[in-house]
Amino acid sequence: MTAVIEANGLGKRYGRKWALSECTLAIPAGKVVGLVGPNGAGKTTLLHLSVGLLQPSAGSICVLGGRPGTTPTQLARVGFVAQDTPTRAGFSIADHLRFGRWMNPSWDAELAVERIKRLGLDPRQKAGKLSGGQRAQLALTLAMAKRPELLVLDEPVASLDPLARREFLQGVIAVVVDSGASVILSSHLVADLERVCDYLVVVVGSRVQVAGEIDELLASHHRLTGPRRGRDALPRHQQVIDESHTDRQSTLVVRTNEPILDPAWTVEQLNLEDLVLTYMTGAAAHDRRPKLEVRS
Amino acid sequence: MIRLALREFRTEGIVGLGLVIALGILLLVTGVHVVNVNDAFQTACRAARNCSSATNPVLTVDSPLQHALPLIAMVAPALIGLFFGAPLIAREVETGIFRLSWTQSVTLRRWLVVKLGVVGLASMVIGGLVTWMVDWWMSPIDAVNMNRFGLSSFGYHGVAPIGYAAFAFALGATAGALSRRTVPAMGATLAGFVGARLAVMYWIRPNFASPVNESVPLPINEGGVSFSPVATAAFNPPGVTVPNGWVYSTEAVNKAGHAPTAHYLLNACPAFFNQAPQPPPSGAKNTGPASGVTLFNNCVDTLSKTIHTLVAYQPGSRFWPFQWAEMGVFLAAALALCGLTYWWLRRQYA
Repeated sequence: MTAVIEANGLGKRYGRKWALSECTLAIPAGKVVGLVGPNGAGKTTLLHLSVGLLQPSAGSICVLGGRPGTTPTQLARVGFVAQDTPTRAGFSIADHLRFGRWMNPSWDAELAVERIKRLGLDPRQKAGKLSGGQRAQLALTLAMAKRPELLVLDEPVASLDPLARREFLQGVIAVVVDSGASVILSSHLVADLERVCDYLVVVVGSRVQVAGEIDELLASHHRLTGPRRGRDALPRHQQVIDESHTDRQSTLVVRTNEPILDPAWTVEQLNLEDLVLTYMTGAAAHDRRPKLEVRS
Repeated sequence: MIRLALREFRTEGIVGLGLVIALGILLLVTGVHVVNVNDAFQTACRAARNCSSATNPVLTVDSPLQHALPLIAMVAPALIGLFFGAPLIAREVETGIFRLSWTQSVTLRRWLVVKLGVVGLASMVIGGLVTWMVDWWMSPIDAVNMNRFGLSSFGYHGVAPIGYAAFAFALGATAGALSRRTVPAMGATLAGFVGARLAVMYWIRPNFASPVNESVPLPINEGGVSFSPVATAAFNPPGVTVPNGWVYSTEAVNKAGHAPTAHYLLNACPAFFNQAPQPPPSGAKNTGPASGVTLFNNCVDTLSKTIHTLVAYQPGSRFWPFQWAEMGVFLAAALALCGLTYWWLRRQYA
C-alpha cells in the first residue's frame, strides 16, 4: 500500500526560524495517526503542509501520491479540520452544508444531514451560536461529507470538555470504520490519542523525534534500572533515548528490537505517555547540550 | 463556487444596492425638478430672445444637493474599496475561515478569481450606477457651466468612475491580503485610493494627448488683463475658457513666441509705467484715478498689436477618449493588484 504522507527532508521556515525541519516520514495508509508534541513544536505546520495551506521551504511532501492543494482532485481527497474549528459565524448549519455541496463534487449530502440530525443539532441554528463541541462536530461533518481518503484534524479536541472530547473521538472512529479513510490528528495530550490511534509521530522542537506503529513502539522501548554505568557499556543495538544517573544507580530508556540479556538490569515496559514524555525530555536535553559545551 | 461567492456577498451587496436605490429615488425626485426649471427657463428666454446662461436658475436649484453630489460621486468608489474590498480576504484570514475555504475541492486560484470577479463586477456596477445617476442630475447644470472636462469634475462623469470603483475594490482586496487585518486594510485603501486619484489627475491624465496650442488675440477693455508691479513689469494675460474643454495654461507671447521682457513692456507704454509715485492699477476695472485707467487701456491697446495669448488646452471633443483612457488606466492597475494578491497568497499559504 502507498503512503498517505511521504515527506523527504521537509522543512518550513518563517524568516530565520524553522517551524519544521528535516522531516522525513512515510505514514502507511489505513492508520489513525496521532501527531503529538508540545505547543509550538511544528505540528500545525506539518499538517498545513499536508493539506496545501503552506508551501515547503525545503524538501518535499507527497500526500496520497500527489502534491497537496494543487488540483481540485487532490483537494477533494483530503478532508481538513483546522485548529479551533473555524466556521462562518453568521451562517446557519444548513448554509454550511450547502456551501460544502457547492464546493465539493464528491459531497455526500445524505451523510451530512444524517450526521447533523444524529447530533441533535438544528440546521437553522447559526454557527456562531454553537458550543465549542457542537462547532467541532459541524467542522468534522463538513470534512467527512467530502468523503476524503485522508482526514486531517488539527488539535480538534483541545478546546472541548471531556464529554464532548469523547463524542468527537467516537465520531472520528466511526469515519474510519465506515469509509476506511486514514486519519491524522494532532494533540498535545497523549491520553486523547491513546484511545483512537494506532500510529504515533512525536514532534518536538521542529523535528520529528520518532514515528511508528504504537504497538511496535511500545514493544521496542524499555526502561532499564541497575547499578551505575555509562551508555558506552550497552550493546550496540540498544539505542539510548534518555538517561539519568544517581551516585549508585542508572536509569536508561533504550530502544531495541532484540531481547535484553544483561541480568544486571531491571527491565520495565513503558506506557504510551512515558514513551512520549521520554522523547520530549530527550529532545529538550539535546537542545541544552551545546550551550554546556560552549561554557567548558 | 460562484454561488458561494454570491451568498457570502449577500449582506454587503444588499446594503450597497439599497444605498444606491435610496440615492436613485432622491435624485429622480429632485432631478425632475431640475429638468423642469431648466425647460421653463429655456422656453421663457427664447420668447424673450435673451438666453444668457449666466441667469439660468438651474445654477442655484437645490443648492445643498448640487454641492453634495460631486462629493458623493467621488467618495462612492472609496467606500466600495473600504467595505467590499478590504474585508474580502482580511476577514477570511482574521477569522481563520480561510483554512476552511481553501481546503475544499476548489483551488486557491479559482476561489480568488471567482471572489474577485463577482464582488469586483458588483463594485463596477454600483460605481457606474452612482455616476450615471449623478451625471444625469447634473446634466442641465453642466450644459450651462460647460466644465465637465475640468480637473476635478472629470471624475464624476462618464465611464472613468467605473475604473475607480474596480481599482478601489482591488486595492482593498490587496491591502487585506497583505495586512491580514480588516481595519488597517481599510486605512491603507483610503490613503492609496486618494493618492492614486490625485497622481493620475495631475501627472498621468494631462499626458493622454498633447494639448492643442492656439493663439488668441488679447482682449481689449475686458476684465482679466493685469500687470505685475512695476518693479518686475510682467504681463499677465486674461484667463481663457474653452467650452467643455480643459485649459492647461495661458501665456502672453510676442510674435517670436517669447514672453515679453520687462524692458519691452516699459518701452511700449512709458506713459503708463512712469506715472509715479502712484502704483499701477491691478485690473482694467480699477477704481483708481481716471487717468490711470485710460493709460492702462491705452497700454493694453498698444501691446495687443505685438502680443497675443497662447492657450494650451484639450478640446471638448476629447472628453470621451480621455474618459476611456482614464478608465483603462485604473482597470489595468486593478488587474495588476489582483495579480499581486494571487502571487502573495500563493507565496504565503497555498
